[in-house]
Amino acid sequence: MYEFTYQRADTLGDAKTKLGSGDDPKLLAGGQTILPTMKQRLASPSHLIDIGNLSELQNISVESGHVTIGAGVKHADVASSAEIKSAIPGLAALAGEIGDPHVRHMGTLGGSIANNDPASDYPAACLGLGATIITDTREISADDFFTGMFETALGDDEIITAVRFPKPEKSGYMKFPNPASRYAVVGVFIAQHGNGVKVAVTGAAPCVFRWSEAETALNSKLSADAISSLTVPASDMNSDLHASAEYRAHLVGVMARRAIDILS
Amino acid sequence: MPKVSMTVNGKPVSADVESRTLLVHYLREALDLTGTHVGCDTSQCGACVIHVNGCAVKSCTMLAEQAEGTDVTTIEGLATNGELHPVQAAFQENHGLQCGFCTPGMIMSAVDMIRRIPNLDEKTIRAELEGNICRCTGYHNIVKAIHAASQEMGS
Repeated sequence: MYEFTYQRADTLGDAKTKLGSGDDPKLLAGGQTILPTMKQRLASPSHLIDIGNLSELQNISVESGHVTIGAGVKHADVASSAEIKSAIPGLAALAGEIGDPHVRHMGTLGGSIANNDPASDYPAACLGLGATIITDTREISADDFFTGMFETALGDDEIITAVRFPKPEKSGYMKFPNPASRYAVVGVFIAQHGNGVKVAVTGAAPCVFRWSEAETALNSKLSADAISSLTVPASDMNSDLHASAEYRAHLVGVMARRAIDILS
Repeated sequence: MPKVSMTVNGKPVSADVESRTLLVHYLREALDLTGTHVGCDTSQCGACVIHVNGCAVKSCTMLAEQAEGTDVTTIEGLATNGELHPVQAAFQENHGLQCGFCTPGMIMSAVDMIRRIPNLDEKTIRAELEGNICRCTGYHNIVKAIHAASQEMGS
């Protein structure tokens, strides 16, 4: 890892000030992606500003109609939260399938979505649940937030503070995990809302996306049969040593049908 | 160089580190606690698992400075008064190791999962071990050891 300077932020305001002052500062939340990336010398920030322990980012609040989770809440805490398990069981289950227990003890919601890895799990929940990303300056709908591979709508010195998830009637997430990393080779999050079904696909393409044909079909009939003849074009899929584009396209249909079977 | 202070195995420690010093290197090189191993160095194998404030984490994927002010436990801190921790004893009893390289991480993960989950069954143990890789045992005796320790500690 190249040299850098570690700074621990005491408050969100302090983090903002520090973020505005270095040559090329980056935020450090749980560090489960940025540290491996820096070890490989694929990233070399001048400063890491640690916001992992900021109390302002640790809240979970469940209100009628939605669940708001602080950006610094760790995956393990989302997975084990009785309130979240009761309000949006599909979201708690998704958090419990990220990485492994040790990664879940460190990794955070905000860190995951700010990075927008094409194979990460949370972006699928954000899109499928129609979440709102709350930053220190504004609110961004999930549909506008994830803009491309490792790209988001965040400004350079903007900090995610929380994510607000509307409570669906039912939701479920099914992924085909990479056996080593547990990242999604393909993952599909499906949620039935009062105003329709949303289907979000991660792992398959350069960026998480909504599968609109499946949404239309499931709005007519919420059953695996309704989408059994639908396919996504392999030309839009990622291809790497873990899975070819054709295999990923196939898995999108399989994971979507399995997700319907576990809606709760 | 910045100074970092924490409690390791019940003792207050502090040392100067570079910002890029990983917690595992701080433990092994500054404190000479070489029971925590570096296996893959890519967050996958779990040989470096320790407890920070009671939770199992991979010390190869954490900076020493992130652990400032925390309470750290390594494999060296499990035994008390020369007596093995029940999980260590169960690994010995059930032959839960062969070469032993993964064992410190396996045991630290096991202690953490027993703390979090009552009445562990085999399926849960195998799922919870997804962050620990063993290339010798085929896992069977590791799972048996954790199950035995879980039952003993729960009873």
